[in-house]
Amino acid sequence: MSANVLPASAALPYAGTEARATYNDKVVRQFAIMTVVWGIVGMAVGAFIAAQLLWPALNFDIPWLTYSRLRPLHTNAVIFAFAGCALFATSYYVVQRTCHARLFSDRLAAFTFWGWQVVIVAAAITLPLGMTQSKEYAELEWPIDLLIAAVWIAYGVVFFGTIVKRTVKHIYVANWFFASYIITIAVLHIVNNLAIPVSPTKSYVIYSGVVDAMVQWWYGHNAVGFFLTAGFLGMMYYVVPKQAGKPIYSYRLSIVHFWALISIYMWAGPHHLHYTSLPDWAQSLGMVFSLILLAPSWGGMINGLMTMSGVWHRLRTDPILKFLVVSLSFYGMATFEGPLMSIKTVNALSHYTDWTIGHVHAGALGWVAFITIAAMYQMIPRLFGKQQMWSVKLMDAHFWVATIGIVLYVTSMWIAGVMQGLMWRAVNSDGTLTYTFVESLKATYPYYGIRLLGGLMFLSGMVIMAYNVWRTVRDTQPVDVPVLAPATSH
Amino acid sequence: MIRQPASVFIIVFTAINIVACLWLMWWTARTRVPVADTSDQKSAEGSGATGHVWDGDLEELNNPLPRWWLGLFIVTILFGAAYLTFYPGMGNFAGTSKWSSVGQYEEQVARQRANFEERLASLQDRSLTELANNGNAMATAKNLYSANCAGCHGSDARGAKGFPNLTDQDWLWGGDEQRLLESIAQGRHGMMPALGGALGEQGVNEVASYVVSLSGGKAPADWVAAGQQRFATLCVGCHGVDAKGNAMLGAPNLTDNIWLHGGDFDTVRATITNGRDNQMPAHRDLLGDTKVKLLAAYVLSLNEAQMHAAN
Repeated sequence: MSANVLPASAALPYAGTEARATYNDKVVRQFAIMTVVWGIVGMAVGAFIAAQLLWPALNFDIPWLTYSRLRPLHTNAVIFAFAGCALFATSYYVVQRTCHARLFSDRLAAFTFWGWQVVIVAAAITLPLGMTQSKEYAELEWPIDLLIAAVWIAYGVVFFGTIVKRTVKHIYVANWFFASYIITIAVLHIVNNLAIPVSPTKSYVIYSGVVDAMVQWWYGHNAVGFFLTAGFLGMMYYVVPKQAGKPIYSYRLSIVHFWALISIYMWAGPHHLHYTSLPDWAQSLGMVFSLILLAPSWGGMINGLMTMSGVWHRLRTDPILKFLVVSLSFYGMATFEGPLMSIKTVNALSHYTDWTIGHVHAGALGWVAFITIAAMYQMIPRLFGKQQMWSVKLMDAHFWVATIGIVLYVTSMWIAGVMQGLMWRAVNSDGTLTYTFVESLKATYPYYGIRLLGGLMFLSGMVIMAYNVWRTVRDTQPVDVPVLAPATSH
Repeated sequence: MIRQPASVFIIVFTAINIVACLWLMWWTARTRVPVADTSDQKSAEGSGATGHVWDGDLEELNNPLPRWWLGLFIVTILFGAAYLTFYPGMGNFAGTSKWSSVGQYEEQVARQRANFEERLASLQDRSLTELANNGNAMATAKNLYSANCAGCHGSDARGAKGFPNLTDQDWLWGGDEQRLLESIAQGRHGMMPALGGALGEQGVNEVASYVVSLSGGKAPADWVAAGQQRFATLCVGCHGVDAKGNAMLGAPNLTDNIWLHGGDFDTVRATITNGRDNQMPAHRDLLGDTKVKLLAAYVLSLNEAQMHAAN
């Protein structure tokens, strides 16, 4: 059925003719390289502010270097720059190969790359300057928001245009997830950022009070749900079967968990506002739907892990498979922990503590970064005409240093968070609080040290990756890969 | 309460989403997705590939939904249904338990208050000095202090820049029992007006020199002399002729070398030029009378010499 596959070198005789279209891998290469670059930048800022929690003098009394301004820079850089570039790269790569068609528009695709880089650079300038809407994960001011919207709509046109021109009948499951993520992020971004500008650098959102809080966390939670979950499940559904060389475990499981996941996620935002002035009914619905979300979330993990069954022996030799297994394990853990923390009784303890930070990083480092790293190690050699990365040993070293880093990070934040929650609620027999806030801070101090160590280990893994990528691609010429003809046997 | 149409909207959409999930499970469990001829599919493993192929080798099997996973899904839905029966969630339906977060809060606060008042009932008629010498009362007061006061005055009560030291027997607003109680219960608002405009730069230099000299600091003699003249017209109203301050106004003693904002020449200049605006928040509404009284006694207990004098 794969008789029509041409070796990469065979593309040249057809150049300039319509007989044999190629994939637009230029934009994929650009996004893939920037994924590595922004990963290092975003995680370095994270490690720096983690160090500030230990040694506050590290802000050097310079406003641009204060924790309050660098923390949103860290979150924006890892979510929208690192993870965002990874999603652009993989979605463009996957949609072309599973639709057997070149991207709908090269120009629009190039616009999404350059536009997105401008957004990132603008964020890196304006956030340290203190320009912010003060909405978590939506800090950027209105001119940048407008550019994001323009880029995102162009992204949608390119993606869905490619789906429309596909030469196979069925739409591959990875593309369902990418499609839902692109549509939903557009809606979330536009609705949450509706604001009245008063100057080029300042605006006021149109919502106020508890409505503003609810819109913000409807956005915030679905940014996690669609950007960091659905988008990366799309990535998973391509990288895992390709790397394992096995078919997807269950088509019908993918149907059920896809529709259940995207419909139920929409309700879960209010669990960020437990025990606030948000009406009780909204809090309850947020909690109930967060619990029901457990099984749909795990559907993706089951499909991924079961797809890999039968290739476990290759874990000894294939670091990419190792990244994938750990990634899906952390995905399962974080999507169990999320519903658990949404239960009001648990949330009363965990909210506002470092447990939340631990939970977020189990997802962001364990799931998002690991699946991204696996995808990059799989794609980057192919994008540059190589069989595999320059050094398998360095991939292996990256795996171990990153895995130990995450474990240190997440466990230290779990312990610190539960300890803080217990200290804050401890009451003496006379009704007074047992601990002052500063005592809980002092008790947390050693755990901040362990967290910094874990973060630095994860960051050094990214540096190893960058070196390996550079050695892989430095002598190569970009190759145009011809579009594969669809399988004809069916 | 929300308006009825909104309430109905919430109930209907909640129900639709949950029922749709159940239907999806039922439908995918029974529907036979057309299975291609798998005779040439070595990967079929008996569960039947769908026959779709992408990118050369991406295929799908169609294994049944794992039983335990379906069970988990259904259990969470049943739990959700039960929860929404007992607790508010379905629009305006309050739930059979009649629970509300405000109710829970008020009930807990009332219980805590009652418990506290009961424990301290025997102390209510004691004077502050008696309380300050009562070990049990002071153990509670120290906890109250740590939770409510230490943020500004420090855990050792020695204050910080802009926040008075409570252990040095130097009182801005007076240190007797009545004044202490007032400071905590009603708060204090200390204001030094900005005099930069009235004095001019040279005038500020002169007054600052005089003020610094009052507590033994070095300053040019001619500026000190000129400053004394200006002080006599502009500053004595609050700080007094002898510059020893006035506790009725919260005007500090300028001769004791105890400084709230700093006593070096430049800081004093800044204080005179721009003024100061300092606020101690009122705590009666927040804590209630008994706790305020305990805190006043605690502050008193920090000034041991004063207590011995009172005894």
